[in-house]
Amino acid sequence: MNTPLLRLSGIAKSFGGVRALTRGELELRSGEVTALIGENGAGKSTLVKILTGVYTPDAGQIEIDGRAVSIRSPQDALRLGISVIHQERVLFEDLTVAENIFAGQTPAKAGIIGWHNLYTRAAALLAQLESRIDPRATLMRLSIAEKHLVQIARALSQDARIVVMDEPTAALSHHEAEDLLKIVRRLKSEGRAVLYISHKFEEVFAVADRYATFRDGAEVGSGRIADATLDNLVKLMVGRPVDQVFPKLDAQIGAEVLRVEGLSREPEFADVSFTLRRGEILGVYGLVGAGRTEVMHTLFGLSKARAGRLLLDGRELRLRGPEDAVREGIVYVPEDRQTQGAILSRSICDNITLPSLGGFARAGFVQSKREEAAAQDWVARLQVKCTSAQQEVGSLSGGNQQKVVLARWLLTKPRVLILDEPTKGIDVGSKAVVHRLMSELVQQGLAVIMVSSELPEILGMSDRVLVMRRGRIRGSFERADAQAETILRAATDS
Amino acid sequence: MNAASIRMNRRDLGLAAVTLALLVAVSVRFPAFAQPANLLEVFDDTSILILLALGQMSVLLTRAVDLSVASNVAFTGICVALFNQAFPDMSVAVIVIMALAIGGVLGLLNGVLVWLLEMPSIVVTLGTMAIYRGLTFVLSKGAWVTSNEMSAAFQNAIHVRLLGFTVLSWLAVLAVAAAYFMLRFTSFGRRFYLAGGNPAAAAYVGVSVGKAQFAAFTLSGVIAGLCGYLWVARFAVAYTDVALGFELQVIAACVIGGVSIAGGIGTVAGVLIGCLFLGIIKNALPLIGVSPFWQMAVSGVVITLAVVLNARREHSGGRQILEAQRT
Repeated sequence: MNTPLLRLSGIAKSFGGVRALTRGELELRSGEVTALIGENGAGKSTLVKILTGVYTPDAGQIEIDGRAVSIRSPQDALRLGISVIHQERVLFEDLTVAENIFAGQTPAKAGIIGWHNLYTRAAALLAQLESRIDPRATLMRLSIAEKHLVQIARALSQDARIVVMDEPTAALSHHEAEDLLKIVRRLKSEGRAVLYISHKFEEVFAVADRYATFRDGAEVGSGRIADATLDNLVKLMVGRPVDQVFPKLDAQIGAEVLRVEGLSREPEFADVSFTLRRGEILGVYGLVGAGRTEVMHTLFGLSKARAGRLLLDGRELRLRGPEDAVREGIVYVPEDRQTQGAILSRSICDNITLPSLGGFARAGFVQSKREEAAAQDWVARLQVKCTSAQQEVGSLSGGNQQKVVLARWLLTKPRVLILDEPTKGIDVGSKAVVHRLMSELVQQGLAVIMVSSELPEILGMSDRVLVMRRGRIRGSFERADAQAETILRAATDS
Repeated sequence: MNAASIRMNRRDLGLAAVTLALLVAVSVRFPAFAQPANLLEVFDDTSILILLALGQMSVLLTRAVDLSVASNVAFTGICVALFNQAFPDMSVAVIVIMALAIGGVLGLLNGVLVWLLEMPSIVVTLGTMAIYRGLTFVLSKGAWVTSNEMSAAFQNAIHVRLLGFTVLSWLAVLAVAAAYFMLRFTSFGRRFYLAGGNPAAAAYVGVSVGKAQFAAFTLSGVIAGLCGYLWVARFAVAYTDVALGFELQVIAACVIGGVSIAGGIGTVAGVLIGCLFLGIIKNALPLIGVSPFWQMAVSGVVITLAVVLNARREHSGGRQILEAQRT
């Protein structure tokens, strides 16, 4: 028992300018469940992808049974006995349950598949999991819980020694989650090593033997669950003292600008109500899948609410699309800069002036001199590090890309600015610039909604904090009353 | 489509019903159309389409597309016609092997570009479509090989009748059976579904999407090569514009037959019926006195309808066509 089954040391991985992992350390032992905990963006998913051969680490060592190995492809991971139950469903929706279980290693004689044999073996594996799923059913007819079971059956069929479960209960009901935990205990009793990633402390304490905490891409503490308390796990996750990093300037909070009443779009979110005032930063905290982004999409007209009202200055808005929202002065900076925010292959200038082009046009022709001057002005104000405003956005660092996206929307002179994870994955210096800019903007009377999964950022920047869980608002805290522990509990308790 | 028995899914049954209704409607107006002899002739006329569509289906299943099939038919057709002109005494078996080999090499080339250079298949085959067609012109110098320059054996082999069906028709029947077996019962064939159904998941379970696409392109090429000979022998003429634009009909037959352009969905039965549907339209419209130009418009409408229906089906199934975002 002294040599761990799997040991990761000094694992590092960057994507362009974004450092996802700086010091990944992890040990897994046979017959034990290790919980991997950390906030969103702490590097957990990246670590899992390195374990499964999707990403190759830039540095660091992976050992199995004390022997150094390299995992360069998912096939390597399979060969080494590592199997993953994914958060996103990595399954074939149009194929049968049986084929999904045996995908890629379908039992066949001389290349010819015996379907009867396949179904029998799939049924046997599912029976081991005490499930009644029909192996002949098409996968898309299954519930999410059943799809998880199919993935677990796949891991069993591969006789995996290491089973990684990436937030397996995130989308499950309480009852389904209980069943899953039973299966986790069984995998453990069979001598497999389980890496269990979860935001739910209740489950972690119920099922894990050990924990490993990650923050900002590095391991910050590990040990036996028996020796840990909820309080020290939360402290490890949240880390650094809050007030030093986020110097929010005081702003005059004025009249109400935006009022949201009973907004619903089930099953994504339901009965969401809040108000937003001039000069206010409203922090929205929650775990992945809590419905925060979905609410923001509705405020920006990207999707329609099934019920509820949206009022701007007391006037009800009916948004048919984002262009209506922009016209009304509501703008949204999405979470994923690379795919939703910036147009990476175009210049800084093009990116900034995109939604305001009409303003630079005379008789339909864009006047590029005025366009460029405006872009230059913002590049200077936000201290975008670049050679010129003609530089391609794709070549900038993550922080500077974010500044460009911000500049784009500020140029439209909005009244309500919605920021979704505004500093996710960007370096400390750029974070500070973004935060200072937010302070300045609210001082000028803008109203800001900031969705963030980083507690220190939420606590440091928000005048008020809303906490969402499972599509509903579960708590609202004034700046003075907002405490890390209470917010985290509101976001996680089930 | 996933049941072990030979049971058709609802969509295939629906298309079969529509096709049958079409056949009945035409036959009511023109009883001669339903005569067995004529139906055999229609099937014979559709055989090449069936063969090519089965190859194309394999490619589409892997979430790729082969635009170069018709050019492959033309190039291989010219090659074997010129060879026959030069060596009229060489047996047809040699001709067939040659056709399979030439077509296979052209398909393999597509496959290599898609697999090893990771280029999008639509760009690769758009390029090779022009290249293969251009080479056809270079090789023939623009000249025709006409029926009296081809040997009798070369032309007649495909028209020999066995149990009422011509050799050409039998080839289509055999190909349907073989494709059904391959796509249903071999791990080789199932990989096409895995690779196209969810490429990210395929990678996780150790199935190389590139290799599956390579295999599908090579298969499509081999079939196109065979069809090169069949086409030239059937129409008794070889020239640069052989099968010009035919790749679109092949893809259309697949789409009408329910093969998803987004990969991973499609049945052999569906493709067969899709081909027969187009075959009946093509042969019946002239009888009704509709001009060939209208024929194109009609098939266009049918294709668009099929795509709309497929898209709705995929939506209702909650199928994810977009890949999951990186987190």
